Amino acid sequence: MAHEIALECRGITKTFGSVIANNNCNLDVRKGEILAILGENGSGKTTLMNMVAGIYFPDEGEIVINGEKAVISSPKDAFKYKIGMIHQHFKLVNVFSAVENIALGIKDKKGYNLSRVNKKVVEITQRYGFIIDPEKRICDMSVSEKQTVEILKVLYRGADILILDEPTAVLTPQEIENLFGILRRMREDGKSIIIITHKMHEVLSISDRVAVLRKGEHIATVNTAETNEAELTEMMMGKKVDLNIRRSEPLNPVNRLEVSGITSTDEEGRKILDDISFTARSGEILGIAGIAGSGQRELLEAIAGLHKLNSGEIVYYTPETNAPENLRDKTPIQIRDLGVRLSFVPEDRLGMGLVGNMDIIDNIMLRSYSKGRSVFLKRSEPKNLAEQIIDELEVVTPSANTPIRQLSGGNVQKVLVGREIAASPSVLMAAYPVRGLDVNSSYTIYNLLNQQKENGVAVIFVGEDLDVLIELCDRILVINSGKVTGIVDGRTASKDEIGLLMTKSVQPEENLKETEA
Amino acid sequence: MIAFLVSAIRLGMTLLFGSTGETITEKSGHLNLGIPGVMCVGAACGCYAEAVYFSAVGIKGTNGILAVIIPVIATLIGGALMGLLFSFLTVTLRANQNVTGLTLTTFGIGVSEYIIEKADTVGSFARGRKFFTASLLDLLPFSDELGGFGKLFLDFGIMVYLSIAIALICAFVLSKTRIGLNLRAVGENPATADAAGINVSLYRYLATCIGCAIAGLGGLTFIMDYLEGTWEYMIDDLGWLALALVIFTVWKPNLAVIGSVAFGALYVANSYLGLDIANQELFKMLPYVVTIIVLIFTSIRSRKKNQPPENLGLNYFREER
Repeated sequence: MAHEIALECRGITKTFGSVIANNNCNLDVRKGEILAILGENGSGKTTLMNMVAGIYFPDEGEIVINGEKAVISSPKDAFKYKIGMIHQHFKLVNVFSAVENIALGIKDKKGYNLSRVNKKVVEITQRYGFIIDPEKRICDMSVSEKQTVEILKVLYRGADILILDEPTAVLTPQEIENLFGILRRMREDGKSIIIITHKMHEVLSISDRVAVLRKGEHIATVNTAETNEAELTEMMMGKKVDLNIRRSEPLNPVNRLEVSGITSTDEEGRKILDDISFTARSGEILGIAGIAGSGQRELLEAIAGLHKLNSGEIVYYTPETNAPENLRDKTPIQIRDLGVRLSFVPEDRLGMGLVGNMDIIDNIMLRSYSKGRSVFLKRSEPKNLAEQIIDELEVVTPSANTPIRQLSGGNVQKVLVGREIAASPSVLMAAYPVRGLDVNSSYTIYNLLNQQKENGVAVIFVGEDLDVLIELCDRILVINSGKVTGIVDGRTASKDEIGLLMTKSVQPEENLKETEA
Repeated sequence: MIAFLVSAIRLGMTLLFGSTGETITEKSGHLNLGIPGVMCVGAACGCYAEAVYFSAVGIKGTNGILAVIIPVIATLIGGALMGLLFSFLTVTLRANQNVTGLTLTTFGIGVSEYIIEKADTVGSFARGRKFFTASLLDLLPFSDELGGFGKLFLDFGIMVYLSIAIALICAFVLSKTRIGLNLRAVGENPATADAAGINVSLYRYLATCIGCAIAGLGGLTFIMDYLEGTWEYMIDDLGWLALALVIFTVWKPNLAVIGSVAFGALYVANSYLGLDIANQELFKMLPYVVTIIVLIFTSIRSRKKNQPPENLGLNYFREER
């Protein structure tokens, strides 16, 4: 065999307290290949890679690099072996420029000279086709630019083995294509790349081989060309999983929420929402598609009473009486009392939805604290609800009293969505509810949304995966730079059609100005 | 007018020591509200060492250079010890920085009173003033021809120039060297610095100790230069001003050189305007009012560049998620 092995894990075991994160894992990566690591949340993918990158130290087993046994006890050691890891949460200093971040912590004998670093960075960017301004500050960068800086940091230190932990979770489809292009060029350059991801179609399109992990154990490594989605899912879950979303016909839909002509501007006077109008009906899922940052977040916040509007109306029809209520200029609590629930998942999950240091019960009480009649809090009801959510949504947690921030991303998400649904809303808004979730949890969430729809709730779903949008939603609203560019039927629309609407230039003059600035 | 400016500069430079020291400390992510106490202790240690030196060598044997260097070194040690105490509490024992800092202020004032009482039993340190206030102008042969320029820029004691030199060196180190880059990273995002292989605890310890040592010099300068050798229990006043100056100059020691003169001018202006006592006190508030205005402006414009270090006041534990 002509395949040279770059990195090999032999019988790696790691436990945290009584939890086994990895059990006897065997894995190898060849030179000049892209290996995808696939597994559910909590299957030990990240832990395994953290051991290779020197964040954790394995309890048992050994890591072999280029045929030699290696002891990696710190990130510094990992760099010595030319291993670099790009974490899911970026480790960058916000007020520093890209170059300063790259230079940070490097000791070379030639002394401190940023312009030399800059030159080398430009060399690397040209070699692999990165697009970045090295002098730009991190705080002025988009998520994808920040990721580029992280990759450059690793390459600058001369890494030959790159580990990327869910690199695509926060990127738009175009940015993902870009990243994959760069990864392929690195592969041609002889580098070994390990990519951790949940997204099946990405695994199939980028990787040469796939390693599947389940509950901390390495199940198998297969050639990507010789496998398919169903087989991989089965390996991952240990059982056959039905990956179809059952979409029912909307049951006598009535208008629940009418948004007409809402407009708002940001601090600098640019329009974030520009004359947006649509109707959400009961018993229907309305999808919202658009490139990240096109105004989805502001739109939902406006309906929830968190975002100030310059003009326009939001009219809500109460389910029982069908009496119109104007939601504009109402406070979030007034709006909530009417039955509009916002389940919002911003880029950091713990930002708006949940309080990280509080446990599941307390987080559930955040919704219901004002209900009790006495001065004292009643904990029994939220406690029951917490246990119900843990049970029904299969939340993996030591107990209902564990602080939320100690749970993994997918489980945090389940708690949030579970709580919102338990409040039995008449309008449910969910933004990116499956971001960072594995296949199984994602489908749990989709089914929950479908259930709500069948119960007559008007569901608004902001998503990024077009395939899912088309499968799940009855109608899809496409927005672009704060404008509605089209509303299509989920049953007949094609991906290309939506993609075109998402990127269609709506305001040529303004876009031009932005690129100049 | 010149007398006013000279007075403003002399007071301003004591503030400059304090603010430069605190800037270095804050760049590492430590919000040391103990600076007033540190300045008191620093000054008291210097005075004590001076008293011991004079009583040991007698009047005739006094060496001018030693009479400056000995108290300066004692001050540096006293300040650094206070910094060590702060770092030990916050880095090693993970105590809350605000509480620790405020405690250090009260503690420092008490300790300095004790040291000064002790110094009085040893001898007098007041004679040291003539070495501290010895003007550069008197050393230059062509001093008479310089007129107003000489009076304004060259008629100061050694500490005034030392403070400017230290501020400029610190500004250079912070912005142009690897140590500065690492230090800023520690204050901005210690987790990132840690991952990049920088010893966060070491940087925080060192920055705080060095910063406190420098701040201590401010106290000594105030007693020996500005007050010309009389001890007064108002150094902690200056400590708070120095803390305000750090914000006023948006964490830049080189800007602080100018800012400190402005603060000094505001602080001494009352005695040159012929105000009654109540209004004088009102006038002494001005530096704080200016600081509040600066705070308002920097937060309205919310430029990331001019914000405090991101992790200012937060302790770092590696294990925490």
